[in-house]
Amino acid sequence: MTAGLALALTLTACGGGASDPAEPRTDFAIGWSIYAGWMPWPYAEQTGIVKKWADKYGITIDVVQVNDYVESVNQYTAGKLDGVTVASMDALTIPAASGKDTSAIIIGDYSNGNDGVVLKGAGNIAAIRGRTVYLAELSVSHYLLARGLESAGLALTDVKTVNTSDADIVSAFASPQANAAVAWNPQLSEIARMPGASAVFTSAQIPGEILDLLAVDTATLAANPNLGKALAGIWYETMAIMTRQDATGAEARAAMAKLAGTTPEAFEAQLKTTYLYAEPASAVQAASAPELVTAMTRVRDFSYSKGLFGPGAPSADTVGMAFPGNRTLGNPQNVKLRFDASFMQMAADGKL
Amino acid sequence: MRLVNRRPTPKGGLLLGAVPLLVLAVLYVVAAAARHAENPADKILPTFGMMVQAMGTLLAQPDPLSGRLIFWADTFASLQRLGLGLGIASLTALLLGLALGVLPLLRASLGPVVTTVAVVPPVALLPVLFIVFGLGETAKVALIVIGVAPFMVRDLALHVSAIPAEQMLKAQTLGASSWQLALRLALPMAMPRLIASLRLSLGPAWVYLIAAEAVASDIGLGYRIFLVRRYLSMDIILPYVAWISLLAIACDLALLWLSRWAFPWAHGAKR
Repeated sequence: MTAGLALALTLTACGGGASDPAEPRTDFAIGWSIYAGWMPWPYAEQTGIVKKWADKYGITIDVVQVNDYVESVNQYTAGKLDGVTVASMDALTIPAASGKDTSAIIIGDYSNGNDGVVLKGAGNIAAIRGRTVYLAELSVSHYLLARGLESAGLALTDVKTVNTSDADIVSAFASPQANAAVAWNPQLSEIARMPGASAVFTSAQIPGEILDLLAVDTATLAANPNLGKALAGIWYETMAIMTRQDATGAEARAAMAKLAGTTPEAFEAQLKTTYLYAEPASAVQAASAPELVTAMTRVRDFSYSKGLFGPGAPSADTVGMAFPGNRTLGNPQNVKLRFDASFMQMAADGKL
Repeated sequence: MRLVNRRPTPKGGLLLGAVPLLVLAVLYVVAAAARHAENPADKILPTFGMMVQAMGTLLAQPDPLSGRLIFWADTFASLQRLGLGLGIASLTALLLGLALGVLPLLRASLGPVVTTVAVVPPVALLPVLFIVFGLGETAKVALIVIGVAPFMVRDLALHVSAIPAEQMLKAQTLGASSWQLALRLALPMAMPRLIASLRLSLGPAWVYLIAAEAVASDIGLGYRIFLVRRYLSMDIILPYVAWISLLAIACDLALLWLSRWAFPWAHGAKR
């Protein structure tokens, strides 16, 4: 209780000083955490691409590293960050489900093998029945497990899950009694390499369902459209450099590997299982495709079944989502997550 | 009368203690109401009504998967781990601490080992504990024992070795053997100290328990907090934190009562 009260006091104290999201401002903070698809952000900061675009629109953008992924999303939800790098499922279940109107303005990539189910002593997913599975519960890993089980005609009730933090999953899986785990990279490649272990189901089998986004507070964006333009400018300029198949591209990727605390080889391997939407036109197409609605329907149905919309949520439709072309999913009166392709479109049209 | 000599009556003391807590609670309610006026779906400062609603499900509705009442199952699992860990640590402290305190020869040989183990930060050993004890209950209980026992052993050994030499000599003059000295003289003097040191270890023991449950588990108070933290469910986290505080206070009071009841002489001055 004391901790809660201390938190309450801090929040009221800070809340008084925080600016109204609907006011035009010039200083913004964007949070990121370590993941292959998000490393372009710190790289852009380091090489001055962020400053270049922010200067162009007369604003400043602070690119902040948050060591713990969940914490970065929570900080964004609490209003301490104007934007954050986040997976689509978490954008829906953390800020949007908390009533924070959030706009996904950049679809950066989808996990194309970066998340996987690993079993010891078995070559296919069906062997998972009855096993105890170690994973970060209620995360995209849990979603992937549900999809993997579905592919083998099994249900979540056919396995036992044990919540294991992403930082501890490698040492947990090294324990002799552990024979099933779900993880994302870089941990995934570590555990899949252990003796007798093999990845039996990965996100490459459900392409486009685990999306990585840059999400920004909708009210802040509405009052400051220049923020969206600058962010899109930064992203696609950085993409163009990192995807070059020459010395410049390799150098950029090596710099990102260093920022992620890994080796260039390991980082290249992670990029192979990350489908980057390097061209703005392809990202716009992905945002407008009916497949995105299908994927988000699966994601929100799973989230609802696990109670991620809170105990008071009457149905999976509670939190509404909006897609390009005025399409909505769920309650249209309560749209809290918007896939907004307008800034990516501007980048595609060369209008930034 | 000087301010330093003014003392509250028992009733006045209760009131004085309650006022700051009430002020905090009122501040919380006001802050929560303000946030909810702005955003009815706010999760960061849930209102008491939301906490009651969220906890109602965990308290009274069986979990569809396991059929357990989640809140009580979590409490029972955590208390069981804590009880086992503290029990083993206390027993170790009693046997080893007493022996180390009474026998200088043993103290010379085992003292440095105990000191070495005591300075290792237990949480840093977690990955090793997994591999040695597996991912089940053993590793969680072991973390509590490794975290708490060395401190208790050292504390008890110091206390026993500080028993006045005159007292030991007197007992020997009356014909006591080493065995009798340990059981009839040192043990009774060590018991209240053991309880006191157990009370002081409750705080760290909870920290180790929550740390172990955060790493890999499927039930327990710490597990639940770290699980729902993923989607910022403060309506569950805050009542759980309050419940943990209540349990800790209850444990502490129970031990104090036990010590006063079983060893009134040790509390003579304070009665």
